[in-house]
Amino acid sequence: MPALSFQSVSKTYPAKPQGGASLKALDGVSFDIEEGEFFGLLGPNGAGKTTLISILAGLSRASSGRVLVHGHDVQIDYAQARRLLGVVPQELVFDPFFSVREALQIQSGYFGVKRNEDWIDELLSSLGLADKANANMRQLSGGMKRRVLVAQALVHKPRVIVLDEPTAGVDVELRQTLWQFIAKLNKQGHTVLLTTHYLEEAEALCGRLAMLKQGSVVALETTSELLKSASSNVLRFKVDAELPAELAAKARITGRIVQFPAQNAIEIEQYLAAVRQAGLKAEDVEIRKADLEDVFLQVMSGAAA
Amino acid sequence: MNGWQTLFYKEVLRFWKVSFQTIAAPVLTAVLYMLIFGHVLENHVKVYDSVPYTAFLVPGLVMMSVLQNAFANSSSSLIQSKIMGNLVFVLLTPLSHWSWFFAYVASSMTRGLAVGCGVFLVTGWFTPLHYEAPLWILVFAVLGAALLGALGLVAGLWAEKFDQLAAFQNFVIVPMTFLSGVFYSIHSLPTFWQQLSHLNPFFYMIDGFRFGFFGQSDVSPWISLAVVGTALLLVSAATVKLLQSGYKIRN
Repeated sequence: MPALSFQSVSKTYPAKPQGGASLKALDGVSFDIEEGEFFGLLGPNGAGKTTLISILAGLSRASSGRVLVHGHDVQIDYAQARRLLGVVPQELVFDPFFSVREALQIQSGYFGVKRNEDWIDELLSSLGLADKANANMRQLSGGMKRRVLVAQALVHKPRVIVLDEPTAGVDVELRQTLWQFIAKLNKQGHTVLLTTHYLEEAEALCGRLAMLKQGSVVALETTSELLKSASSNVLRFKVDAELPAELAAKARITGRIVQFPAQNAIEIEQYLAAVRQAGLKAEDVEIRKADLEDVFLQVMSGAAA
Repeated sequence: MNGWQTLFYKEVLRFWKVSFQTIAAPVLTAVLYMLIFGHVLENHVKVYDSVPYTAFLVPGLVMMSVLQNAFANSSSSLIQSKIMGNLVFVLLTPLSHWSWFFAYVASSMTRGLAVGCGVFLVTGWFTPLHYEAPLWILVFAVLGAALLGALGLVAGLWAEKFDQLAAFQNFVIVPMTFLSGVFYSIHSLPTFWQQLSHLNPFFYMIDGFRFGFFGQSDVSPWISLAVVGTALLLVSAATVKLLQSGYKIRN
C-alpha cells in the first residue's frame, strides 16, 4: 500500500461574485508515493503544489477525486490520516501567546501524545532550538520560527512528513540542519514529500519527482531518469549586449549569463558561430552537464517528457 | 490530556496569560456601572416593591459580564488565530468538530464564569444580597455562558476581519444584553417595549438568573429555562454543523 495516493484529484475555485472566471487549480492529478520515498513536487508558482498539499492536509477539499494516506481517506477517515501526517506549512505562522516548549507540548496534546518530553527535547536539539525552548514565539527570528514549525509538524512522529517550501527565505545554516535531520528521518523509514523552488535541493535530496504545470502532472520520474531525459550538455557564456531575438528564444538568460541546451559538439559550434555573426563576443565560455533546472525549464516549456 | 482537553487547556491558558485584560478589565467596568448607576438611581428606583436598586442591579451586572466575556473569548480567539494564520496548528490535527465545539465553548464558559465571580465578589461587597434559590443562579450562569460561548464561536467562524467581529459585538450582543433588563425591571417599561423584550432571549437569561437571588422575576424561571435551553440547543446544533462543514476555515 502506498504511503500517499492521489487519485484524479481536481480542484476548481468558483468564480467570485464580483466577476471573473472560475479557476481550475488542479486537473485530475494522480500519482502514488511509496513508503520510505523522498519525493519532490516541483512546479512554478500557481501550478497547484500548495493546493494539492492543502487537500492532503485537510485544509481544503478536492472538487473531485480522493487522497489516501496509508489507505486512509483524508476526508472520510480524516482523524487516522492526520495522525500519520506531519505538515510544515508554507506560511511562517506562530501563536504569540506561548513559548517554544509550550507550543510543542500543546501540539503533542492535540494528537493525544502523552509524556512526550524526551522526543520534544530531541527535536529541540536536532533543530538547534535547545537554548530557545523557553523563549516566547514572538521573540524568535524568522529562521527560528521556521525551525519551530518543523518541530511542531514532527511532534507526533508522523510516518509521512510533508514540507511545503520549508527553505524559502531561510539561511544556509538552517537549510543544512534541516536537511540533515529530515534525511535522517527518511533513512529511519519516514516518507517525505517536499515542495521547493530550490531545484538543486530537490536534485540532491529527492529520489523521485513530479512536476506540476497549470494543475496537471507533466513529469513523473526518478530524478536520475529525468536528468537523463534532458539534453545532455549546456553551453554557458557571458555577453555584454543583447542577443538577437531568434537566439534569445532558445536560451536561458540570467543577466549577462546565457545558457543553451545542446546535444553535441555540432550544436555548440552552431550557437557560438551565431553569436559571432551577430557581432557579439562570448566570454567565460564553458560546457557543463545538464542539471535539474535545465530539465525543469524544458518540461515547463513543453519541450520534453 | 487527550485532544479536546488540550485545546481547552490552550484556550484557558491564552486568556489567563492576559488576565489583566480578559478578567480584571471587565470586572472594573462592571464595578463602575454599579457605582455610577447605583449612586444616581438608588433613591429613585425601587424594584419588586422592596428590593433596593443596587441589590437589583448587581445580579444583572454579573450576568451581563458572564455573557459578554463568554462571547468575547471564543470569538476573539478564533478571529485572531484566523488572521495570524496559526489556526492551521489546530486544523492539521485529528480533532473532531465535537472536540472543537466542547473545547471552545468550555473555555469561554470558564472565562465568562471567572469574570462573573470577580464582579460578584467585588460588587457583593458593596451591597447585601439574598440567595433565595442558588441552584437557579448556577443553572442560568452556566447555560448563559455556554450559549454565548457558542455564539462567539459562530461569530468567530463567520468574521473575516476584526471590524466584522466588532460590528457583531457592538450591534448585536451589546444592545441585546443592555436591552434585556440588566439595569431595569421590564415591568417598568411601556407595554410595547415589554412585549418586545420578551422576544429577546437575553432577557430570559438575566431574569432567570435574578430569580435565584430574589425569588421574584418578571416571568417564571421555568419559562426562562425553557427558552434558554432551547436557544442553547439550536445554537449548538448550528455551531457543530458549521464546524463539521469546515465553514470558512477549511476553504
